Amino acid sequence: MSGRLLTTKAIRGVLTIWLIVTFTFIALNMSGDPIEALVGDQASPAVIAHYRQKFGLDRPLWEQYISYLGNIIRGDFGLSLSDQKPAIELVAAALPYTLRLGLVSFIGGLIVGLIFGIVAALNRNSSLDRFIMGFAVLGFSLPNFFLGILLILLFALHWRVLPSAGADSAWHIILPAITLGTHFAGIFARFVRSTMLEVLNKQYMIAARAKGAPHFRRVFWHALPNAAIPIITIVGLKLGDLVAGSIIVETVFGWPGVGRLLVGAITSRDFAVVQAILIMVAVTMVLTNFAVDFIYTLIDPRMRTAPQGGR
Amino acid sequence: MSSALLWRKKTIGHPVKAEKRYPIIVVLTMAFLLAIFVVFCLADVIAPYDYRTQSLRQRLMPPVFLGGTNAHLLGTDELGRDILSRLLYAIRFSILVALGGTTIGALIGTILGFLAAHFRGFVEELIMMLADVQASLPFMLIALALIAAFGGSFVLFILIMGFYGWEVFARLTRGVVISAKEQGYATAMIALGAPPLYVYTRHILPNILSVLVVQFTLNFPQVILLETSLSFLGLGIRPPLTSLGQMLGAGRAYLTTAWWIAVLPGMVIFLTTMSISILGDWIRDQLDPTLRGTGS
Repeated sequence: MSGRLLTTKAIRGVLTIWLIVTFTFIALNMSGDPIEALVGDQASPAVIAHYRQKFGLDRPLWEQYISYLGNIIRGDFGLSLSDQKPAIELVAAALPYTLRLGLVSFIGGLIVGLIFGIVAALNRNSSLDRFIMGFAVLGFSLPNFFLGILLILLFALHWRVLPSAGADSAWHIILPAITLGTHFAGIFARFVRSTMLEVLNKQYMIAARAKGAPHFRRVFWHALPNAAIPIITIVGLKLGDLVAGSIIVETVFGWPGVGRLLVGAITSRDFAVVQAILIMVAVTMVLTNFAVDFIYTLIDPRMRTAPQGGR
Repeated sequence: MSSALLWRKKTIGHPVKAEKRYPIIVVLTMAFLLAIFVVFCLADVIAPYDYRTQSLRQRLMPPVFLGGTNAHLLGTDELGRDILSRLLYAIRFSILVALGGTTIGALIGTILGFLAAHFRGFVEELIMMLADVQASLPFMLIALALIAAFGGSFVLFILIMGFYGWEVFARLTRGVVISAKEQGYATAMIALGAPPLYVYTRHILPNILSVLVVQFTLNFPQVILLETSLSFLGLGIRPPLTSLGQMLGAGRAYLTTAWWIAVLPGMVIFLTTMSISILGDWIRDQLDPTLRGTGS
């Protein structure tokens, strides 16, 4: 990646995060009086004034905005309105659970999707191909909240073999991980298949076959690296789906991660926690886009000299 | 490679059997989507009961295929409301929200795309940057943040759904309008002195409409999923209104005693999104025979 392109992307990333921070500030100020939500409308004016001062709500708006930006940069997202702890602490406590569930389901989905996609492409139009593609359509059409409920009904309530809620043992991750991972397995299988089919028809594949390269080597040495660029792109794009999916799946399975924390915070209008999560996800997504661009240049030499990459 | 495989490879390009024009699965999905559309139009006519009518004497009755009565074909829920009627109305509400949301998103995006293509320069940069910002965050999160800030009234919820996907329409419109402006018919109209708005609405818009319609059908099922997800979390459509996601979410509490309350609306959501997806694939394959069978 050229220096100029890198700088443009970096500026865009910072701008994105700044816009989101500003948006949360505006939303915070337009959403009504948080103090009233905290102490109720029966509280005495003295109590309200006390809390206004405590949360800095008595100062002019621009001053609040500047100090708000400063706080965000320092990683201070304010106190959770419900239990007076710093919002960032609550998020930090929930984050390992979300990462564990997310990694297991995403990597699991990716592996299953890769295997299924490659097998389907190599056996194009066979009954195996049709079976795998049928599974893929099923996988990404099943809404995760519905799949989760079906799994709970079958494995936790009917056969009673797996726990349905909580995160106490290693067994607890199985059902949420299957729920979250099935969607990705379906999407990746379909995408890997079509990408592989495209690559398998290229002339260099005929050349590799003509020079006598064995089947296995042709697939993994000639075809797969060339299919990698679009596959990595879609993997990067689907990380957003992972965030959205974990909000639902964590709620369905009572998994104590960031997603469930977010839903709880919205229900109780605890905006400090909401904004901490929002900004954290924004930073993560911007960094991920960066990483995906960087990985391109690692695996595809053509990208290093290309004048304009990305979108 | 064995001779059998070689033979199969040869037949790929030249199918021996004549291709069926309407595969059975496509006919089924069309029939299902047609039924959904009829329910959307006629929910109040078909439904045997009002979706709000409670009857505490007849709570949690099973569907007729699990030993229920003909009075409530799909059973009743925890307040004794007829599930079939609720399901029909839920389909209507879910489709209504998805239609409203997708339309608003398409309008906002198309207008912004036209503005970007017309003014270029700073306006274009600004609109495209906003599109990038929206695309860089999962929309579910943006929607949740908006709901957290502004609460969850029905009108506001449809507006929030309308924010979904505008950036795709904006990018698409900007691209096709810029290239359309270079084409003879548009430059001719501009040279003849037609005002820009006239050229855009009467000449360029009809030419790019097909692209926008395709994007509309792609966005539509995603908005259905978004609505059902948020309603499932209890943050979208709220009682006394109902939607497929709201029914499913409310039915979660009764999984042990009355699983059909949650499973029936779930099946409808699943079959709808799957039907749209299968039908969309099939239509695209028909329009572009070079892609046939690649499923790309």
